[in-house]
Amino acid sequence: MSASPTTFLQPYIALVGSPNSGKTSLFNALTGGRQRVGNYPGVTVERKEGNIEVPGGHRLKILDLPGTYTLDANTLDEAVTRDVLLTRKIEGAPPDLLVAVADATNLERSLGLVLELKELGFPMVLVLNMMDLARRRGLNIDLEILTHEIGMPVFPVVAVKKEGLDALLEEVVRRVGHGRHPPQPSFPESTWTLPKHSAQEVRARFREVDRILKQAKVGALKPAKWTDRIDRVVLHPLWGSLLLVAILAFVFQSIFNWASYPMDLIEKGIGFVSEILRHHLPGGILQSLLVDGILAGVGSVVVFLPQILLIFFFILLLEDSGYMARAAFLMDRQMGRVGLHGRAFIPLLSSFACAIPGIMAARTIENPRDRLTTILIAPLMACSARLPVYTLLISAFIPNQVVWGPIRLQGLVMLGLYFLGVVMALIMAWVMKKTVFRGPTPTFMLEMPTYKWPNLRNVVIGMLERARLFLKRAGTVILAVSVVIWFLSSYPKPPADAPVGRSAITYSLAGRIGKFVEPAIRPIGFDWSIGIGLITGMAAREVIVGTLATVYSVEDNGKSLNSDDLGKILQKRWSLATALSLLVYFVFAMQCMSTLAVVRRETNSWRWPTVLFLYLTALAYGASFITYHVTLHFTG
Amino acid sequence: MTGRESPPDTPLCLGEMHRGQGGYICRVEGPEATVRRLLEMGMVEEAYVEIVHEAPFGRDPVAVRVRGGLLALRRQEAACVTIRKA
Repeated sequence: MSASPTTFLQPYIALVGSPNSGKTSLFNALTGGRQRVGNYPGVTVERKEGNIEVPGGHRLKILDLPGTYTLDANTLDEAVTRDVLLTRKIEGAPPDLLVAVADATNLERSLGLVLELKELGFPMVLVLNMMDLARRRGLNIDLEILTHEIGMPVFPVVAVKKEGLDALLEEVVRRVGHGRHPPQPSFPESTWTLPKHSAQEVRARFREVDRILKQAKVGALKPAKWTDRIDRVVLHPLWGSLLLVAILAFVFQSIFNWASYPMDLIEKGIGFVSEILRHHLPGGILQSLLVDGILAGVGSVVVFLPQILLIFFFILLLEDSGYMARAAFLMDRQMGRVGLHGRAFIPLLSSFACAIPGIMAARTIENPRDRLTTILIAPLMACSARLPVYTLLISAFIPNQVVWGPIRLQGLVMLGLYFLGVVMALIMAWVMKKTVFRGPTPTFMLEMPTYKWPNLRNVVIGMLERARLFLKRAGTVILAVSVVIWFLSSYPKPPADAPVGRSAITYSLAGRIGKFVEPAIRPIGFDWSIGIGLITGMAAREVIVGTLATVYSVEDNGKSLNSDDLGKILQKRWSLATALSLLVYFVFAMQCMSTLAVVRRETNSWRWPTVLFLYLTALAYGASFITYHVTLHFTG
Repeated sequence: MTGRESPPDTPLCLGEMHRGQGGYICRVEGPEATVRRLLEMGMVEEAYVEIVHEAPFGRDPVAVRVRGGLLALRRQEAACVTIRKA
């Protein structure tokens, strides 16, 4: 673990609970969604920190720890929770108050962790979340007895409806609101060796839970009727599988079709701004930099914000509702066939939005070999940064004819590209598990939560966070790359005696670099402009679109391009074979420095990012070579 | 083989049971890590467990109801759990 942050020299409280206990809802309700999401230093487990306004005008820091069933960590995620609590290394100091969150509809299961936490000797309170659902299912609990038996204050809460928060906050203020309490918990840090609970102790803990629940007169709850009914369809061998396919198909169709309306709007807005700039700024370097460099580059990427928001919307929706665990269950057998874990389905599905959260989510996979395999195939899932490239090329080169009913050829080709990535990922996983990562079949155990209406607020908060990260990247990396590309493709200017008909950009630095790499990529049908795009696209895949826009905008003597214009220019310059070859290249190629950096952090060595880069580039080159020549053969 | 007052019926292996079948857990044994994980997820002795779903293709993994929750696991791990009929 690297240097510890000093953010928590002031008092803070920590939320701890098992997955699906509604911890995130509670965190959002307490902080009002004002939160900072980052990573723990040295590891990339998500670290969520926020402020709560407590009565009396104080502000208090609150930390949301990764969900865990036990402190005997089985996964890296769980290890972070354990380490924050047991060592001072991570946050600089242990929390001043632990807020244990338990699912009131499932006390039999969730109180085990509470008892384990209690052993640590922290000041602690217990929150029984989702009390409304529990009451509806007949939970009748004597809170006084529970408080007495479990030895800490208990607060019934409905986090999504903000019920019961006042009493909780009052207690929090009473305990920590007035500065740090000097006496820190005196748990014997040195004697805490891991894993320290024997199976016998786990059994004893559950017996204790049963005893407490019996004392507090908690009987069995009525079954979750709706969850059972829904599961009869969702987990049905036939209907469940069809539903899964239908959901995935729906998500992809909507990303391609619905997102086009807001995208058009953004595009028009950008065109409007560049017209204004053109009219009101004197022609010259500044105008060219702003319009051709920055607006063309950044604009062509920002256009894809609606698609990125949509895909995150669906993923958050599926997660929040409880469907994601079902999908893992349905997919486990198929994943197992290539030696993977049903749980790998979730990181891989997240990778459709972006490989980075996907690779990070691979932490939930216990077996290191499986985790590494998942990380190495995650970039084959078509992330949202590929959408700009796919969209541009598909709309320029594939006719939008109706295939059948509402299904159009363009959507079908898009789906095909996604499919290609998935199939290759499965093949690669199988190969890896048969060779370098050979080992016994891993275990698969997954809790399937009761279905809940997705909380719109939580979904929106999650989406806004992704939007912020995306726009931040557009505003920094992509902005910088756009300026660099504009410069490289603008200078040096062509000499005065340049022959007519030869475009200006061929004289520029970018033109020269592109020409320099052209021989290497000519066999797969790429020209120098793609060569530049592949280099700049290492910053982020979608940058290639901005690069092409900038390159051709400069070449067109400063006419600002929207993606329709760009598509038309590409149609004129590239053959279908080149376009298809580039599409296939983007399905496979490891064109993203951020992903490589994350893999380096996750695996703690340069070895795996190197392997990842080399094998995917080789794969991309080979596949593009085949695509190019086969298409040429058929199109002449 | 709990050897207590209620004479156990023939012990059954959870890993070999099918949808709708269930009973009380009498033993959880196998590799230490698997056993601990099973226990942590609520598969403790004396708990009632029932198979409620089987995945498509090969009926593996299965989803069991145990201690008020629904738990998905592969038959390989379920084989660590021995039950007696209710």
